[in-house]
Amino acid sequence: MKRLRIFLWVLVAVVGGLFVLFGYQLTQPKDEFIQSAMVGEPLPDFDLRPAIDTMPGLSKADLADGKPRLVNIFASWCLPCRAEAPQLETLRAAGADIVGIAIRDRPEDVAMFLQLYGNPFTAIGADDISQVQLELGSSGVPETFVIDGNGVITYQHIGDIRPEHVQTILYQLREAGA
Amino acid sequence: MRRLLLVTALVLSSPMPLAAQDSLPPAPYAYQQLDDPELEAKATDLMHTLRCLKCQSQSIADSDAPMAGDMRHQVRTRIAAGESPAEVRQWLVDRYGEYVSYQPRVTASTWPLFVAPLLVLLLAAFILRGRLVKRKEPGK
Amino acid sequence: MIAELGLVALWLCAALAGLQLVAGIAGLQGSAGLAGLAMLARPAALVQALLCALSFGVLLYLFAVTDLSVNLVAMNSHSDKPMIFKLSGSFGNHEGSMLLWVTVMALAGGLIAALERRLPERTMMATLGAQAFVALGFYAFLLLSSNPFERLSPAPAQGNGLNPLLQDIGLAFHPPTLYFGYVGLSVAFSIVVGALLTRQVTPEFARVMRPWILGAWVLLTIGIVAGSYWAYYELGWGGWWFWDPVENAALMPWLAATALLHSASVLASRDALRAWTVLLGVIAFSMSMLGTFLVRSGILTSVHAFAVDPERGSFILALLTIYIGGALVLFALRAGTVAEGERFTVMSREGALVVNNVALSAILGIVLLGTLYPLLTEAFDVRVSVGPPYFNPVSAIFVLPMLVVLAVGPLLHWRRDSFARIRPMFLALVGLGAVVLLGVWLWSGIAILPLLGITLAAMVAVGSLLPLRGRNLRRMPLAVWGMVIAHFGVAVALFGMAADTAYQQERLVAANVGDIIEVGPWTGTLAGVVPVSGPNWQSIEASLAVSYKGGEPIMTHPQARAFWSPPTETSEVALVTRWNGQLYAALGNQAEDGRWQVRLWWKPFVTWIWYGGLLIALGGAIALMGRLSVDLRRRWAQRKIADRKVDQAERAAG
Repeated sequence: MKRLRIFLWVLVAVVGGLFVLFGYQLTQPKDEFIQSAMVGEPLPDFDLRPAIDTMPGLSKADLADGKPRLVNIFASWCLPCRAEAPQLETLRAAGADIVGIAIRDRPEDVAMFLQLYGNPFTAIGADDISQVQLELGSSGVPETFVIDGNGVITYQHIGDIRPEHVQTILYQLREAGA
Repeated sequence: MRRLLLVTALVLSSPMPLAAQDSLPPAPYAYQQLDDPELEAKATDLMHTLRCLKCQSQSIADSDAPMAGDMRHQVRTRIAAGESPAEVRQWLVDRYGEYVSYQPRVTASTWPLFVAPLLVLLLAAFILRGRLVKRKEPGK
Repeated sequence: MIAELGLVALWLCAALAGLQLVAGIAGLQGSAGLAGLAMLARPAALVQALLCALSFGVLLYLFAVTDLSVNLVAMNSHSDKPMIFKLSGSFGNHEGSMLLWVTVMALAGGLIAALERRLPERTMMATLGAQAFVALGFYAFLLLSSNPFERLSPAPAQGNGLNPLLQDIGLAFHPPTLYFGYVGLSVAFSIVVGALLTRQVTPEFARVMRPWILGAWVLLTIGIVAGSYWAYYELGWGGWWFWDPVENAALMPWLAATALLHSASVLASRDALRAWTVLLGVIAFSMSMLGTFLVRSGILTSVHAFAVDPERGSFILALLTIYIGGALVLFALRAGTVAEGERFTVMSREGALVVNNVALSAILGIVLLGTLYPLLTEAFDVRVSVGPPYFNPVSAIFVLPMLVVLAVGPLLHWRRDSFARIRPMFLALVGLGAVVLLGVWLWSGIAILPLLGITLAAMVAVGSLLPLRGRNLRRMPLAVWGMVIAHFGVAVALFGMAADTAYQQERLVAANVGDIIEVGPWTGTLAGVVPVSGPNWQSIEASLAVSYKGGEPIMTHPQARAFWSPPTETSEVALVTRWNGQLYAALGNQAEDGRWQVRLWWKPFVTWIWYGGLLIALGGAIALMGRLSVDLRRRWAQRKIADRKVDQAERAAG
């Protein structure tokens, strides 16, 4: 019976530990974001055709020319992308060079989107089968990556950029330029 | 999705879908099998063990999400190009971390998953020994 | 006013549960001064059952008339829905399902209070007290954080509707089945606590508990089978088990209940395994609470996600801590008084059942670990996924030996047996296994796990029927029939799982109308695609003529369906069932070039999984009937004896 008693107290301890874990996790905000494991890694090779006729497309070479940039992953069908448009405009006004990757989108829809919500981009590549998105370790739209002048990913912002995120992103962009 | 478009068009006679969904067709190999049945079987087995990142706890083999389709396309084209399932899995893990794979590997953060069954086995053997071996002479 | 009536009834229930708890404690004290108070325990339980039923009836009524001034109705219903889904909508949400839960719990409490006469009075009082204590927690949960009768002002013009995935007759009754099972386990838990408090862990205690466990187990089995079949045809990809956290949350109480069932059986007939039975009684209820917690707190991500809310999570966690922590500490304190019980040898029915219990507990441990592990690593900011590639092989380590014991165990006698006696049967089973293993392997060379699955299915099927040998089938007790059928069901389900895994064939094509699609022995022709509409949906429907091995074509109609309130797309698959499997057809989107995505699977013997599951449940139900009828006959006999005694006494006096 002694063994049973020891076993039971061990069980009580394990269950207690489990409850503490549950309690702790309940107080934590549920993080649904999947961080890219590519932060700190060089960009993969890619070459995307232009998403609209009037602007250039995007390739890895464009992003490794010595200048740090923001890569904004967006789509015309994505609602939060509309919400972050003013913040992208603020970033552009602050001197950020922003390039876009349009996910699963049609040229006419992208053109309409830019017309309605502004065009902060200097180039937009079209990623019709999410290939580059997958290469970057991005799991949704919108997401924004900071790329340094050597084409290395230095920062990932998941979700739409709200006003309070602008300073952080500008800071990350400056860091990437140093 | 086209299906929603069509239905919406039928119901509301309005060309724009209200839901936030893309309008492009799925990637070529999202819904198309590889011609070689052996390679297809390899790809299917692998797809069942990869997590759909846009869904709640589903594998990419069980999901209609566009991104799951794009991931299936990657898996099939890579397998068809001669990559092994382990390499394709690694390619995804390099990008999304271990979370994307339903098959945990023995790492610094997952070893208890593999040690625990051994402990359970030992505990089971211990309990069985205690309950069974000791009582060779019942009813005394 | 109707909604307020339901709320008042619910508050009264909570007050009565408080009374029942106090009365139970008074009864446990057993002092003469408190006897009057103790007498109130039974009536309190009975009235509670009535009031709870009234409260749930009110909720049903509110959904039936779609009273949109009630928040819950507005959030989950819609006046255009078919009546059956209006009613099922009342428990297709968090608040309503909790009300259903406490209602069933109160009915169960009333049932014990009214009918149970076998337990010693003090144990009975302690049991009723424990039951009231558990119920109080749930009432508090409902009234303080999940009031189903909350009003909405102003009332909206129309409701939100019910998630279309839930607008399915199978799913409408799947969750309540599980809740009924959980309630059964809560009753077993109360009886365990009562027995621990009064140190009465006896065979009589196990006999009282057994029908509740059996009933709960039958319902949990049906619930899991229904849930699996629902996922299979509703999700549109032909999978029937995903090791998803919510599925695991339903599987874990079932595993614990299965172990508890067998262990209580040993305690009832042999007065052994007392500590095991008590421990499993606590664990089984813990697992049902844990499942509820995992599903409703939103702490894990799952396809079957409920409306989640951390506040509810904290509440359930608090209840979990009080009940489970309390019960385990009580058990640890009383461990010394739960005497060891009768002894037995390895080679005995008890020995086999101990192996079965240990294996089931081990599987439970593995499933629990795999389900909670991602939660643990998340605390350290590492995200991992644990899925089928982990669960399948690791649980097989314990399932496979358990199945061997399952094939042989029922052949053994109680207490002590000799291997020599069962050697011929044992060798026959091993021989059969070897032949099947080699035969299947040479014939089709399938993977190791399905191969072992098919082999063991054959051995278990034959082994489960062997106890019938040499017995007079007409006079065999129902409980033995139940066991044989349930064990045979295990073999059937196992065969279905293994065969589908090993031999399923898949065909994904983009087809034009008129195209021919082949999958396994089936040939399909896409005859046409047309839009159709229902009361709250629009569909694109394909007409697909399929024929098995060139036989008579059968017309099937898979649909891609879109509901508009709330807007959701579902895949309504077409199934053609034969005795040896199912053809599974799903319609996808139309491609740019006008071709249609068609997905076809030939799934050999897949239906055997659910037939097997139903056989298991049927076996349990038959055993339950057997136990209850024995009990009724015994009561009748006792009454007769008592009557005769009275007669004799009167005659002697006269």
